[in-house]
Amino acid sequence: MSGSNSPGERLARWIIFASGVLAIGVIALIFVFLLRDSISFLQTYSLVDFLTGRNWYPISEPPVYGLLPIILGSLLVTVVSIVIAVPLGVGTAVYLAEVAPGWLRELLKPLIEVVAAIPSVVLGFIGLTLLAPFLQQALGLDTGLTALTGGIVLAFMALPTIITIAEDAISSVPRAHRQGSLALGATRWQTTSRVVVPAALSGISAAVMLGIGRAIGETMVVLMVTGNAAVMPTSLGAVLGPVRTLTGTIAQEMGETVFRSQHYYALFAVGLVLFIITFIINWIADFVLHRFQESE
Amino acid sequence: MEREVPQQVKQVQHFRGRTLPAAALVGVLTILLLSTAACTAGQSSLSRGEGFIQAKGSDTMVNLAQMWAESYMQSNPEVVVAVTGGGSGTGISAMINGTASIANTSRAMKQKEQEQAAAQGIDVVENIVALDGIAVVVHPDNPVEELTLDQLAGIFAGEITDWGDVGGTPGPIVILSRESNSGTHVFFKEHVLNRGDSKGGVEYAPEALLLPSSQAIFEEVSQNPNAIGYVGMGYVLSGVRALKVSRGEGLPGGSPSIETVQDDSYPISRPLYIYTRTDSSQDVLDYLDWIRGPEGQEIVRELDFVPLKQEDTT
Repeated sequence: MSGSNSPGERLARWIIFASGVLAIGVIALIFVFLLRDSISFLQTYSLVDFLTGRNWYPISEPPVYGLLPIILGSLLVTVVSIVIAVPLGVGTAVYLAEVAPGWLRELLKPLIEVVAAIPSVVLGFIGLTLLAPFLQQALGLDTGLTALTGGIVLAFMALPTIITIAEDAISSVPRAHRQGSLALGATRWQTTSRVVVPAALSGISAAVMLGIGRAIGETMVVLMVTGNAAVMPTSLGAVLGPVRTLTGTIAQEMGETVFRSQHYYALFAVGLVLFIITFIINWIADFVLHRFQESE
Repeated sequence: MEREVPQQVKQVQHFRGRTLPAAALVGVLTILLLSTAACTAGQSSLSRGEGFIQAKGSDTMVNLAQMWAESYMQSNPEVVVAVTGGGSGTGISAMINGTASIANTSRAMKQKEQEQAAAQGIDVVENIVALDGIAVVVHPDNPVEELTLDQLAGIFAGEITDWGDVGGTPGPIVILSRESNSGTHVFFKEHVLNRGDSKGGVEYAPEALLLPSSQAIFEEVSQNPNAIGYVGMGYVLSGVRALKVSRGEGLPGGSPSIETVQDDSYPISRPLYIYTRTDSSQDVLDYLDWIRGPEGQEIVRELDFVPLKQEDTT
């Protein structure tokens, strides 16, 4: 307690406070600017047409900005990547933390982290030249540039995040839990599946949410391998067809737009929609986390 | 034992709560610093600086522009020419806001862009520097040899969806287009889908795949027997085949080549432009003269674009 009012302590506290405020301030400013430019767009275009329109023809006369197929495209790619990445990621994390011998874990963990360092454009290129033709032939598709292709590559990108964080969560479950469970006569599998994983569940959900965040915000990969066609996904079969995503639309069109034109503002509105979707996902994640904590 | 669970939960949250914003903060700050630095650098060196020419624009022209730059710099070592792509629209906005001195474009400036330049008080000069045939490409195994403009329009608008309807092996047609920031996208829509009427209102089918580069279209066509796409003539390499295109049923059709584009018998061709400001430096003017002269036009020919006819160059 004696040091709490020393100049060094106060300085440190002030710096930490300032960085906290700055981080929140930057996010708030991003939101304000997105909102401002989106409002400029919505003054000239109806919100309902924007969110429910089924066609995206931004450079036509008159332009049509129907975002619905693009929102669904983004969600579709993200769902595919989660369906692939979550079981694989959590399974790998359980294996590393509970089953793998020590030397193997020490070997695999850094290797998995290296995967996170591969630039997304490289993964996109591999997806475009190897995975897309393979999927087209293997599944007999019209084209290999599909939501499935994008989802697979995104899953690969999200895996290191999910594995690393989930493994940390599982490893930090206290030894006493395992010993207690084993002492009561549970098998190793029962201990892992009924005691250790439930105890680490909030950490595992955090890992999954970060993985989802990585997938929905990724741009380069989806631009290269999903085909970017703003087709309305009407059934589950759309997974095997091309889709256009929110991030891909902004990245591809922002370079061309005339500064402060309607199209320019429309892309900010697309950004706002992406921001809100991410926000909702985070909010649901927090909600789920709290529920688990309360039920413990 | 019961108490230990929340502790573990806290630990993970602790990790989430603290590391991520800090990392994000560092990231944001770095980006802010870099972008400020880039902006100032852009303002100071890319305006009409001595001996430095920034050329930006059409992806169709990027290889051509690069070759021009390299060859010109060899004979004029005091000038540095930097070339980047990004699309015709990108090039024009860069020229208007002063971050590029030359805009390479594969389409003429739009009315809106002219107005924007005027609003900034900038006078713009249009220079035609080469011609380009737009090749319609398919997989080498595709038996279709020739299409009319009407058939092409039907395919890209999504009215014709099966290769069997245009004399090929029955099967779905996969339409490949460039993204809307591409001059080729705009040109093809105006001249093929709408037959020259820029307000015709015919759109690409929503099913059309919008690929980010000519290279991506080349890759997909060379792998996919169902695909049809359009690229600049320079991208017709082994692995894809250019279709003959005719103006109508029974009329003679041509393959895209230097001769057919120069004498206008190939129906899908366009001029390539360089836009500059009227107050460009002498370096830029000399460079333009060189491009339109014999040396520059020889490079046009080497890269499978179509050189200007001699009377056009003077």
